[in-house]
Amino acid sequence: MILTVLHKTRYDFETPVAGIIQSQRLTPARCDGQRVIDWQVEVPGAVMGQVFRDGAGDYIQTVSLRKPATHIEVTVSGTVETTDTSGVLRGHRERVPPRAYMRATPRTKPNRAIAELVAEALDAHAAAPALERAHMLAAAVAQALPYRPGATHAHTTAAEAMNEGAGVCQDHTHVLIACAHLADLPARYVAGYLNATDDGSPHEASHAWAELFIDGLGWVGFDASNKCCPNEHYIRLGSGLDAQDAAPIRGLVLGGATEALDVTVVIEAQQQ
Amino acid sequence: MTDAYFNEMYDNGNLRTPYRMLESWYQNMPAEFRAGKQAEAEDLFRRYGITFAVYGEGGDPDRLIPFDMFPRVFTAAEWRRLERGIKQRARALNAFLSDVYERGEIIRAGRIPADLVYRNDAYEIAVAGFRPPLGVFSHIVGIDLVRTGADQFYVLEDNCRTPSGVSYMLENREVMMRMFPHLFQENRVAPVDGYARLLKRTLASVAPEKCDRAPNVVLLTPGHFNSAYYEHSFLADLMGIELVEGQDLFVEGDFCWMRTTEGPKKVDVIYRRIDDAFLDPLCFRPDSALGVPGLMNVYRSGGVTICSAPGAGVADDKAIYTYVPEMVRFYLGEEPLLQNVPTWQCARSDDLKYVQEHLSELVVKEVHGSGGYGMLVGPKSDRATIEAFSARLAENPSNYIAQPTLALSTCPTFVEAGIAPRHVDLRPYCLVGRDVDLVPGALTRVALTEGSLVVNSSQGGGVKDTWVIAEE
Repeated sequence: MILTVLHKTRYDFETPVAGIIQSQRLTPARCDGQRVIDWQVEVPGAVMGQVFRDGAGDYIQTVSLRKPATHIEVTVSGTVETTDTSGVLRGHRERVPPRAYMRATPRTKPNRAIAELVAEALDAHAAAPALERAHMLAAAVAQALPYRPGATHAHTTAAEAMNEGAGVCQDHTHVLIACAHLADLPARYVAGYLNATDDGSPHEASHAWAELFIDGLGWVGFDASNKCCPNEHYIRLGSGLDAQDAAPIRGLVLGGATEALDVTVVIEAQQQ
Repeated sequence: MTDAYFNEMYDNGNLRTPYRMLESWYQNMPAEFRAGKQAEAEDLFRRYGITFAVYGEGGDPDRLIPFDMFPRVFTAAEWRRLERGIKQRARALNAFLSDVYERGEIIRAGRIPADLVYRNDAYEIAVAGFRPPLGVFSHIVGIDLVRTGADQFYVLEDNCRTPSGVSYMLENREVMMRMFPHLFQENRVAPVDGYARLLKRTLASVAPEKCDRAPNVVLLTPGHFNSAYYEHSFLADLMGIELVEGQDLFVEGDFCWMRTTEGPKKVDVIYRRIDDAFLDPLCFRPDSALGVPGLMNVYRSGGVTICSAPGAGVADDKAIYTYVPEMVRFYLGEEPLLQNVPTWQCARSDDLKYVQEHLSELVVKEVHGSGGYGMLVGPKSDRATIEAFSARLAENPSNYIAQPTLALSTCPTFVEAGIAPRHVDLRPYCLVGRDVDLVPGALTRVALTEGSLVVNSSQGGGVKDTWVIAEE
C-alpha cells in the first residue's frame, strides 16, 4: 500500500518567544514492511541538525530557532510504501537489549487494577506460549478500556486510565505495557501514523501502539485501540518507554509564553 | 596482646617506618602551639572557602569539615601496590561499561545476570550502542578503600559518575605545606599538585573526533547553591577552563556552544558535575532547568564529549559491585589486586535469610543510598533499631545489601589529650582517558568520634592530608 502523510504542527505564541529547540523523531523507521519513497521535515527559519540514528534505531534530529518568534510550524510530508508483516518488526537495526524495556516509568507503573486484569487474562493460560499471552493481554486491555476521546489527557498514567475505565490509544498503550511487564514481557511505546479506514473502527491518524518482545520472534506490535496488530495501514516512527519518551517531538520554548497548539494529520492511501 | 584494629602508626606498639619522622614531630609539639596551628588551619580553610560537604552527604553546606593535622602516610612501596590495584579496577569498570552498552559479552558469557544490568535504572537506554571517544565512560573513578591490615585493603564502593572531594586532597596538602614547611623538607612527600594538569589532559584526550584544534573543555556546574560548588570553581580555576552553568551553553545544529562576549564558542568536552537526569530536558527529566536542551543529541552524534559519560552509573551500583572482581578477570584476564568486601545480596532469598538472622553483626546498606544514610550498623545498634530495620528490610529486600563490619585501620589523630587512634578510609581519584593516571595521594576521611567506624562528613567525619613518601 502507498500511504501519503501530511502532518502539520503549528505553535502560536501570545507574545514573542526567544526561540525554540526540539528533538524530533519524525522520520519513519527503516524496517521490513515500510519503505520511504520520499520524506521531508520542514521548519521554516530553523537550523536543522543532521539526522542520526540512536541505539533504538530511531532517526533523531535537533531543530532550533534562536531568534524571536511568534509562531513555529513543523511540516512533515512524504510517501511510504507499506506491507503487512502481521505486526512483527523485522529488518530493524537496534542496539538496546530487550530486557532494558522491563522498567516502568510513572506513566506505565502498574496498580492493583492492572495486576488483576493480568491475572484474569492469564491465570488460566500460564502454559500458553508468549505470543498467545501477548494477544490475550492486548484483548483484555481493549475490553477494559473502551475507546473514549476526552476521558483522559496528555499526562494520564496507566493507573489513572484504569481507574477512569476508558481512554485513547496512548492510554491503551501505557496499560498494555504495564500488563506486559507484569507478565515478564519486555514492552515499549511506539509512535507512528495510522491510515484512517472506513470500517467504522476507532482510529487516530497520529497514533500509538505497543510492542512486546516475544522470544524467538522479536518485537511484535499490538494495537489495543483497534484490536489488531499493526499492518499495512501503519507507519512506525520510533519507540520509547512511554508516550513522553517516544514522542515524535520533544521541545522546549525559550522564554516561554502561552502557546496555542494546532496539529493536523492527514494520511491517505493512494489508489492503486 | 594484639590490637583489634590495625594501627597504621603503631602496629602492636611498634612504630611503623612510614611514620618514623612524625613521632618526634608530635611529641615535641607544645599544646599551645598545636592549638594555634589548628586555629590557623581552620582560618586557611575558611579563607579558601572550602566549606562544602562531600557530595550526596547532605549536611550544612556552610559548615567546615574538620581537618586533622596529623598526616596519614603510605610508603612508596605500599602505594605502588595500591596504585596497580586501583588502575586495574578503573580499567575493568570502563571495559564493563563499554561492553554493556555495546555487545554485552559479559552477560552473554553468563558472568553477570542480564537483569541486574539491563533492568538497572542507571542503565541508560538513550546511549545503548553508542561508543564514546576512546570507549571511556568513567573518566574520574573514585574508589573507596579501607585497610584492615598491613597488606590488606578492601574496596567499599566504586564511584564512576562524578566523585567529589578531590579539592580536599589538594587543599589539605596546601594547608599542611604552609603550616609545617619543615615537615616537607624532612620527609620526601610525593607531590599531588599535578592532579589538575592530569585531569585537564585526560579531558582533552577524549575530545570528539570532529574536533580538529585544541579542545575547548568546560566544567558544567548546577550552580552556587550546590554543596560542591566550591570544588567546581576550584577545579575549573586550576585547569584554566570555563566554569559554566546550563544557561551559559546552547545547542544549535550539531554542536554545543558557549555564550561569550565575543560571540558563541564551540564546546568540545564537558566535565559535568550534574546528574544524568538533569543533563538534557529533551532526553531526560523535562523539568530540568540545570542542563542544556538538545545536548544528548549533540553527544550521540559525536559533536561533544560528556565526562563522565551518561550511563556510567550502572557500573557503580551497589548490586553490580559484587561482580567487579569478575570484570577484572573477564576483561583483563588478570586476578583482581584489590579485594571486595564479602557482600550479601538481600534480593537473593538465601542471602536475605542469613542477613535477617545476623543483623546485629552486619552493616546493611541501601543499594542506591549514599552518605551513610538509611543504613544499619548492627554492632552499634540497639534491639529496637534492629527490629525496626528488619521490618523495612523484609518489605523491600532487593533494596538492600549487607556486609560484615570491617575492622577499619586507625591513624593517629589529634585529640584533646594528645593523639589517639581513629578509624580512616581512603578515596583515590583515578583518571582514565588516553592514559590511566593516578597521583600519589588521595582523600583520607577520619571518624573523629572515638570508636566510630562512620567516616562520612555528615556524621562526624573529618579529613587528613595523605602522604606517599619516597623510600630512602
